[in-house]
Amino acid sequence: MLRLDPRLVRRGRAVRTMLAADAALGVFAALLVLAQAILIAHVAASAFDGKALDAVTVPLVVLLAVVAGRAGTAWGFEVVGRRAATDVLSGLRMEVVERRLRDQPSSLDGAASAEVATTAVDGAAALETTFARYVPQVVLAVVVPVAVLVLVAAIDLVSAGVMLLTLPLVPVFMWLIGRYTERKTEERRLALALLATHFLDVVRGLPTLRAFNRGAAQAERVAEAGDRYRRTTMKTLRLAFLSGAVLELAATLGIALVAVTIGVRLVRGGIGLEAGLTVLLLAPELYLPLRNLAAQFHAAADGRAAAERLLDLVELPPAVRPGTASPPSPELAPVRLEAVTFAYPARPGPVLDAIDLELAPGETVAVVGPSGSGKSTVAALLLKLVEPTTGRILVGSLDLATCDSQAWRELLAWVPQRPTLFRASVADNVRLGDPRADDERVRRAAALAGADDFIRALPRGYDTVVGEGGRALSAGEQQRIALARAFLRDAPLVVLDEPTANLDGESAEIVADAVERLRADRTVLLAVHQPELAARADRVVRLAAGRIVELAAEAA
Amino acid sequence: MHEIRRLEALAQPPRGPMAVSILAGSLAVGFGVALMTSAGYLISRAAEQPPILSLTVVIVAVRFFGLARPLARYCERLVSHDAALRALATIRSRFYERIEPLAPAQLREYRSGELLARMVGDVDALQSLYVRGLGPPIVALLVGAASVAVAAAVLPAAGAILAVGLLLAGLVVPLAGSALSRAAARRQAGVRGRLTAELVEVLRGAPELVVYGREEETLGRVRTADRELARLARRDALAAGLADALSILVVGATVAGVLAVAVAAHETAALDRVLVATLALLALASFDAVAPLPVAARELFGSLAAGRRVLDLTDRQAAIRDPAVPAPAPSRSDVVTLEAVTARYAAGEDPALSGFDLRLEPGRRIALVGPSGAGKTTVVNLLLRFLDPEEGRVMIAGRDIREYRQSDVCALFALAGQDAHVFNSTIRANLAIGRPDAGDEELWSALRRARLADWVVSLPDGLDTLVGEEGAQLSGGQHQRLTIARALLSKAPVLILDEPTAHLDPETAQALMDDVFTEAGERTVLLITHRPEGLQQVDEVVALTSHPGGPGSCASCTTEKTSSTAPTATSP
Repeated sequence: MLRLDPRLVRRGRAVRTMLAADAALGVFAALLVLAQAILIAHVAASAFDGKALDAVTVPLVVLLAVVAGRAGTAWGFEVVGRRAATDVLSGLRMEVVERRLRDQPSSLDGAASAEVATTAVDGAAALETTFARYVPQVVLAVVVPVAVLVLVAAIDLVSAGVMLLTLPLVPVFMWLIGRYTERKTEERRLALALLATHFLDVVRGLPTLRAFNRGAAQAERVAEAGDRYRRTTMKTLRLAFLSGAVLELAATLGIALVAVTIGVRLVRGGIGLEAGLTVLLLAPELYLPLRNLAAQFHAAADGRAAAERLLDLVELPPAVRPGTASPPSPELAPVRLEAVTFAYPARPGPVLDAIDLELAPGETVAVVGPSGSGKSTVAALLLKLVEPTTGRILVGSLDLATCDSQAWRELLAWVPQRPTLFRASVADNVRLGDPRADDERVRRAAALAGADDFIRALPRGYDTVVGEGGRALSAGEQQRIALARAFLRDAPLVVLDEPTANLDGESAEIVADAVERLRADRTVLLAVHQPELAARADRVVRLAAGRIVELAAEAA
Repeated sequence: MHEIRRLEALAQPPRGPMAVSILAGSLAVGFGVALMTSAGYLISRAAEQPPILSLTVVIVAVRFFGLARPLARYCERLVSHDAALRALATIRSRFYERIEPLAPAQLREYRSGELLARMVGDVDALQSLYVRGLGPPIVALLVGAASVAVAAAVLPAAGAILAVGLLLAGLVVPLAGSALSRAAARRQAGVRGRLTAELVEVLRGAPELVVYGREEETLGRVRTADRELARLARRDALAAGLADALSILVVGATVAGVLAVAVAAHETAALDRVLVATLALLALASFDAVAPLPVAARELFGSLAAGRRVLDLTDRQAAIRDPAVPAPAPSRSDVVTLEAVTARYAAGEDPALSGFDLRLEPGRRIALVGPSGAGKTTVVNLLLRFLDPEEGRVMIAGRDIREYRQSDVCALFALAGQDAHVFNSTIRANLAIGRPDAGDEELWSALRRARLADWVVSLPDGLDTLVGEEGAQLSGGQHQRLTIARALLSKAPVLILDEPTAHLDPETAQALMDDVFTEAGERTVLLITHRPEGLQQVDEVVALTSHPGGPGSCASCTTEKTSSTAPTATSP
């Protein structure tokens, strides 16, 4: 059976409060179920014995109060569950963001970011259903059948015996349903993913299909894929429906058996009408919470998945330690990588394998190599976005790991391979380099980066909003904004990661000129695979498969 | 509700199975009500201690209803899901048929992920429209009406109270509940969107935010949006449980009301004492008919939103249509020209191409060069008539391209290169797109001409090797060569090579271009590239240039013809 992730219970006060409230509400709800059956049976039996309406007014009013109480508990479950879900997700969201900024700052690609963000926000709906529907149902499925059985046993042992005979069938089939639900969800997900892969392929290939006059012919393949999906889905559904039917059979047959045995014993005078009616009214309540629980398995699985995705992120080990020492400036002190090895926990083999590299003050070092050779990892290590798995990085005589991360990064500027534009004006995007910079300094930095011309040609110039939903900029334009940030930062150590990859000739030239201006009087690490840019470096280091294969000293 | 009919027209759900599922559903719920009612009657009647034989019929009925209800429910679920899934398969096919003529020019605004979401996710969401949205309301109506009729026949006042109760629980509560939840969703939508956007930015841009020391400020911004959403969600939680609570209240009040009138009627001897409990149990059980409606209402509105997104795409009219009386298909020796063509993808956008001339004479080899965004792909779209010019004309054999059938126009061209799609299928299936009736010998010949045959022979599965998603199992060069083999296989007289050397190193690129020009033979070739390889082998180089005059993208494009030998500069 599906359970709540124990991590959720351990870390969340909100979850523990909810569980306590749900338990109390559950006991109250069970008592009200018993009261309702007793009251209805009492009124009907009184009438049977010839009592007038006046004689049953009090029980009828009490019945209304009991009903109001049941409505209240249902409402209470919902409010408590939803609020707990809100609190839990809000807490997890902030924790994910904090952890990422504090000790997991290395990059998450666009698709993964979108997926995590969507889970963190829209996962609320799934978790709300879990907390507001599934958890209360678990409580009711435990408390109500026990309460019903105890009362029925007190009234009529024979009926309690009949119920006990049919009841064990219920958990068995619920277990079956639970297993099938899990498998069904998984198989359906796979079938849908297969369908999606197929459609994506066709949709992407539509222009090609049309160009070759094959667009209409492809409709058949689409229909086939749709039909295959229907057959797979029905195969899994059939089993789930069958176990659902058996579960229901246990319930309806139980009710029928209880009714018939009571009827027969009433004729013989073995039981009274009021007792018989009470037991009959209680019989469906015995099975109902269990059946509702089976129906909520699905909701529980979705909510659990959302919470687990976030919990997994929160519980990742930190990639960097904060440190406390204040680092010397790279203007004066050399930066040295000593036998640095770096491996990602999830991937086999090291990305960097025992490399040594020194950046002397004011020197431009180009690290060249094919993509995947570890250039970007060298950059990330220098930026203290990740730490070496073994080996160390020295700034002067200090180990970078012991240095205060923020103090170190204040000495750096960075132009990443794919810069992020935040949803803000162009000026504010450049100002990421220095939030205190006035408009004049922003403009000067942009001019140095070769960005001033195109920015001024934008409809609202420096006030044009860019980023998601704003004005789209080309790769070259984005690169120049990132360079402008670096100029504005005016830091002694600059890390440039593939500044001209993905650019066409004209943009690449503008960027290359800007890089040339930027590297004057600064220590620069240049990760590139284009030979043109590397040629201007003081020193070229070639990386292949995580190792330094050759050192070429060149005149600047 | 208008959409439901239009979605039905699109899906054409099988009427027989739909009727069967509604019948089985009504029986299932009806048997459930009958089980409790007959059990109540049995117990009340037995309390009068009649001869046991007189109860036989009721006992058999109770047992029958107990057995039959799960069976009817099982049938209903099987049939309704199968019918719904069939309807979805039909919608998917129709969806494809409708968007196929729109590609690519009219689908430009949609990313492929978004189209996919509509074709897979949104269509799947329609399942609950068919399973929960259409059946249960009809079942509720049938069983509810039957229950009210039985109650009214026994005691009119009880029938009236039950009718009011069922209407409240079956209509008012579900509608109010879904209105409340939609209002909450609307209130939260804006904040949710803002928070998601903030989170995406922070998660993606974390390295830059950290390097530039902006952690605290960023956290503050996210926290503000998060608190806002949490505040709304906590408030909306109060409204969320209201519908369920109201349902319980209505059921209880109705049962109490029915009991009260039944007791009163018995007092005046208008009702047999056996029927008091029977009526109460009938009232209690009949609410099973309306129980699924609150959920159904919520899901109905959800799936209608998905349905609207699907209809929004299937409603689009293709901008390009065949003429009523098409001109005869052009021949291999016809000249294709673009005359002072200006083209735009959507009104209000900057033109993608303006005042552009091009002349494709049979057998001539032309290179089209220029930076990205200068309109190279637009030229291809115009030639294949995926797009009509806003000004100027595209002519084939002296007639406007619009006079021909589009399939005849496409038959003139074979497309290869970067944008030619490699399908997630076998090498054989990918080649067959070029000529569906080609035999193995022709396939091998095309592979040989594209210099791929040796590699394919070495594969254990040969022609039946799967190439993976977007040709993931192929190297960049193999990918390009496979699309070239496909183009060579087709009989089209004009070969369009769209960036055939993208992502290739210079040596590989040059070798590829040498092979292509050798094998192109008599065909006309239009080479689109931003690289130098292959330019020395063409008869003419046409440069498309983008001037930075307009805002952001290419505002005006001019052509510039140079003589044949080896021009390497791609921008003036």
